[in-house]
Amino acid sequence: VNIVVCVKQIPDPETPAASFKVDEVAKKVIPAQGIAPVVNPYDPQATEAALRLKEAAGTGKVTVISLGPDSARDAIKHALAMGADEGVLITGPEFEDIDNFQTAKALAAAIQKLGGADLVLTGRAAADWDMGVVPLGIAQALGVPCVTVAKAIEKNGAGLKVERVLEDGFQTVETPLPAVVSVSNEFGEPRYPQLRQIMLAAKKTVQVWGANDLGIAGEMGKENRRLVLEALYVPKVESNVEIIEGDTPEEKARNLAQKLRAAKLI
Amino acid sequence: MAGILVIAEANEGALSSISGELLGAARKLAGEGAGTVTAFVAGSEALGKELIALGADAAIVDTNPALQGALAEVYLPAVQAALQQSGADIVLMGQTALGRDLGPMLAFALDTAVSMETVDLKYQGKLIATRSCYGGNARAEVSFKNAPAIATVKAKSFDALPADASRTGAVTTIDVAGEARIKILGVQKAESTGIRLEDAPVVVSGGRGLGDPSGFKLLEELAALLKGATGASRAACDLGWYPPSQQVGLTGKVVSPNLYIAVAISGASQHMAGMAGSKNIVAINKDPDANMVKVAKYAVIDDYRKVVPALIEEIKKLG
Ligand SMILES: Cc1cc2nc3c(=O)[nH]c(=O)nc-3n(C[C@H](O)[C@H](O)[C@H](O)COP(=O)(O)OP(=O)(O)OC[C@H]3O[C@@H](n4cnc5c(N)ncnc54)[C@H](O)[C@@H]3O)c2cc1C
Ligand SMILES: Cc1cc2nc3c(=O)[nH]c(=O)nc-3n(C[C@H](O)[C@H](O)[C@H](O)COP(=O)(O)OP(=O)(O)OC[C@H]3O[C@@H](n4cnc5c(N)ncnc54)[C@H](O)[C@@H]3O)c2cc1C
Repeated sequence: VNIVVCVKQIPDPETPAASFKVDEVAKKVIPAQGIAPVVNPYDPQATEAALRLKEAAGTGKVTVISLGPDSARDAIKHALAMGADEGVLITGPEFEDIDNFQTAKALAAAIQKLGGADLVLTGRAAADWDMGVVPLGIAQALGVPCVTVAKAIEKNGAGLKVERVLEDGFQTVETPLPAVVSVSNEFGEPRYPQLRQIMLAAKKTVQVWGANDLGIAGEMGKENRRLVLEALYVPKVESNVEIIEGDTPEEKARNLAQKLRAAKLI
Repeated sequence: MAGILVIAEANEGALSSISGELLGAARKLAGEGAGTVTAFVAGSEALGKELIALGADAAIVDTNPALQGALAEVYLPAVQAALQQSGADIVLMGQTALGRDLGPMLAFALDTAVSMETVDLKYQGKLIATRSCYGGNARAEVSFKNAPAIATVKAKSFDALPADASRTGAVTTIDVAGEARIKILGVQKAESTGIRLEDAPVVVSGGRGLGDPSGFKLLEELAALLKGATGASRAACDLGWYPPSQQVGLTGKVVSPNLYIAVAISGASQHMAGMAGSKNIVAINKDPDANMVKVAKYAVIDDYRKVVPALIEEIKKLG
């Protein structure tokens, strides 16, 4: 099996609200001091899924692609250290401020340049914009089916059997290959790279492609966004909290119960 | 032509609650000048009448049985046909198992864009969708360069209008379904006991600060007393203390009860994303600086192990 995994580098999603700042004029997040960007938390699960499928097949190749600034190499290195075989970094000024539709187009173009894939794996969503649209966009561009939010994936004849997470349970589906599958946190813990693998990863190839290499320069750039960012801001929270007083925890609890009753909340 | 197409959903012949909420949103936009409201649904003609009563000006019912319980790829051509028939330039659907795939698929098929998990909508000569991003730390307002503008709307973001049987409108039927490349082999419903988290008027949730799974027993007792449901933070679910089906937040359930009691939960933005719409929040936390305390109406700053049992006693006494 020939598998491509898409990984994205994002600002740390657990950045505390107090350190999170936005430039409302530029409509951009101001990188938080001392908090390094991380691999999108769902993407190592996609990498894990790829490695398990390759191991089960006993043969195959796992290529990891990331679109982003030069620092996105770290996201690729992480996947290589987990055991992926090769990396591709898509980078350049044309990709600045593009929307997720352009992202999907660029990733699909890179997959085609690689000669296609039997399976493309992504995370269920990028925890920064959290839209969950890129996998469906890649599938559309490649003309293949897309199974979203997978918690388990196994080879099933010429296709795949996938367990999907629904709002109130699970669904098992069967898809032919090639296909795109997005992987959810329910998939389970991804493996943790060992020191030896991190050293090995340093020797693995990472190709770097720009918009011209992919023949998509005319479709990238902020001006070709289909989704227009009108405003980006930090929602104001006004604190009107009433701290319930009392000499002991028990007294506080009694006072709370009485407040709630007076306010007809219980 | 302008107008709004609402993708309603029905389950075993009954409209799901998101359908009414979407029509509530559509009527608001229509009031702001976005045009007439057409509702699409897969099922029987009777559903069309219900959609009119809930606020649609016209309904398109797809009677093709292949759509029942199907995946988004089967819906895509049906929705495209409804879009053509209605002439709408705005499409609203729910952030549901169907909508989360159908929204992006439709957008890519028509070379336009989609706003996912939309929490607010307004029409100012064009559709502007508000959504949360960066784990709930930021909000973005987006508009659309191409038509149609597509938004998937998060549950409970809008109120449904009361059904008005005197409303009239045309109900037409179509019979369109796409090819299923992906086959559904089976569906497994998660076991849920008691009141559904999303429907409960009172939710008592616990977090990592409970220290061990036994803390949830106390919370269940409190919830039962208040005829509510019990929820959990992701940290508590990841530790295996409570089932993931009860997780509240960005990657869990969205709740907006009248009363949300957060016990030993810090109030990370991803948790807030699932409960910030609660009418009244009570925080029980050791830390006066916890975010949950800041957003609460009432807070008790103390050890929950002492506070919750006393709270249960006092509520029993109050009767
Ligand atoms: C109007 C607008 C303006 C934006 N401006 C900026 C900006 O100024 N700066 C900025 O950093 N972002 C910006 N973004 C966000 C950026 O376009 C998206 O974050 C990115 O395209 C991923 O989209 P998503 O969140 O929908 O990904 P999702 O669809 O949620 O991602 C799902 C999966 O797709 C894969 N994937 C997604 N993106 C990539 C990628 N780049 N490389 C490899 N795999 C990927 C990953 O596997 C991921 O788990 C903007 C978005 C919009 C809509
Ligand atoms: C992509 C992504 C998605 C996520 N989705 C979700 C989601 O859907 N839902 C969610 O909840 N989280 C989600 N998270 C995780 C989130 O960022 C937080 O890590 C999590 O919510 C923290 O859970 P917590 O409040 O229970 O734990 P903590 O942050 O550890 O807080 C524990 C609290 O308990 C208090 N405490 C400790 N002991 C006591 C005591 N004896 N009595 C009273 N108070 C006490 C502490 O003061 C503290 O405030 C997500 C994260 C990411 C990156």
